[in-house]
Amino acid sequence: MSEPVSDHDLQAYADGNLPEERRAAVAAWLAAHPEDAERIESYRRIGEEVRSTYHGVLHEPVPERLQRVIRSGGGRRMAMVAVWIVLGAALGALGAWQLRSMQPAPAASADAAAAMAHRAVVAHATYSPEVRHPVEVGADQEAHLVAWLSKRLGTQLRAPKLDGVGYSLVGGRLLPGENGPVAHFMYQCNRGTRVTLYVRSDMGANRSTAFRYAREGNVGVFYWVDSKLGYAVSSADISKEDLLNVANAAYQQLNPP
Amino acid sequence: MNEAQRLVELIPRLRRYARALVGDRATADDLVQDTLERAWAKLHLYRRGTDLRAWLFTVMHNVHVNRVRASRLTDPLEDEMPELAQRAPQGDALLVRDLDRGIARLPAEQRAVLLLVTLEEMSYDQVARTLGIPIGTVMSRLSRAREKLRASMLGQPVAAKLKVVK
Repeated sequence: MSEPVSDHDLQAYADGNLPEERRAAVAAWLAAHPEDAERIESYRRIGEEVRSTYHGVLHEPVPERLQRVIRSGGGRRMAMVAVWIVLGAALGALGAWQLRSMQPAPAASADAAAAMAHRAVVAHATYSPEVRHPVEVGADQEAHLVAWLSKRLGTQLRAPKLDGVGYSLVGGRLLPGENGPVAHFMYQCNRGTRVTLYVRSDMGANRSTAFRYAREGNVGVFYWVDSKLGYAVSSADISKEDLLNVANAAYQQLNPP
Repeated sequence: MNEAQRLVELIPRLRRYARALVGDRATADDLVQDTLERAWAKLHLYRRGTDLRAWLFTVMHNVHVNRVRASRLTDPLEDEMPELAQRAPQGDALLVRDLDRGIARLPAEQRAVLLLVTLEEMSYDQVARTLGIPIGTVMSRLSRAREKLRASMLGQPVAAKLKVVK
């Protein structure tokens, strides 16, 4: 026997954690020391008893409140955090808004689009931290949601599929816009980061703009206008590149070439 | 499979460990809920490709320590004191009750090591990383926990000192 047998070896032997090359040495030790052998056997039995005592818990139905933590992206504590985040984001957005009002007005056509982007940012900051009521109609009723918003906006809308870029539809709601109803779709990735798509249908005919980016507070927004439809894709706390990736996926589906 | 789905799949194991750790079902599920909320909020700190279960048990350990600390603010307990307020024995069979009571009487840090090794069947190295303690500490806590449990199940006082063969 090369090395003496230690208590560590005996514990590891009981747990099956001992390297192959030590096992024979410990087995030989135990054969010669019945008191240790009895002790190790009782350790092994304790392990079995512990496992069998609590085994049933694995097969109990998981309480709804525990599943809801993951499904809704947080619980009571997260709700408080969310309140602070939305306050912070709203203040940031307001600050940026005021700053902007002191800058020279952009060209007229871009102005309406920029105003839409601001509203989209405020809507994002308002609704995306919502834990309990992020949307009015959930993704489980997607067909109803799209039909309802299409009817209210007076044009056929679509909720783009963003699963390819890691975001799945949470649902949507109807919002008041500058001159009429606005559709608001919310998406979420598996880390709980949310992206919202803001759609208005009263941008005026025959006017289209390129893809633009703006940032207010911690909310970034990509927006564009396609004849009477205006779109804005907003998110907080993801990089401009990541947001561009999501906005591109939405753009390609909403404005097929 | 994404992290959210894997978290959901690990809930039964968290509940099992929490039940053994704190005893009654409601307190155990409160601990699991706090753990899931914290894990969900801190998921960006989890490094992809590493052991999500070990990470989750680390989160649970930290949440548990904070909860125990908060409940002890007015009543600091010594290392070797059983947390009887935290841990109410349960079970119906006599053996189960004995085992459960034995576990309940272990000092919290010994109980955690014993349960991670026996229930979760973690390696000593995983236990050390999960609890943020040296592996030597894992071994000594495991050894002490087992001796106490063995003695309490045999209805005997704990042997004064473990024989350590050098």
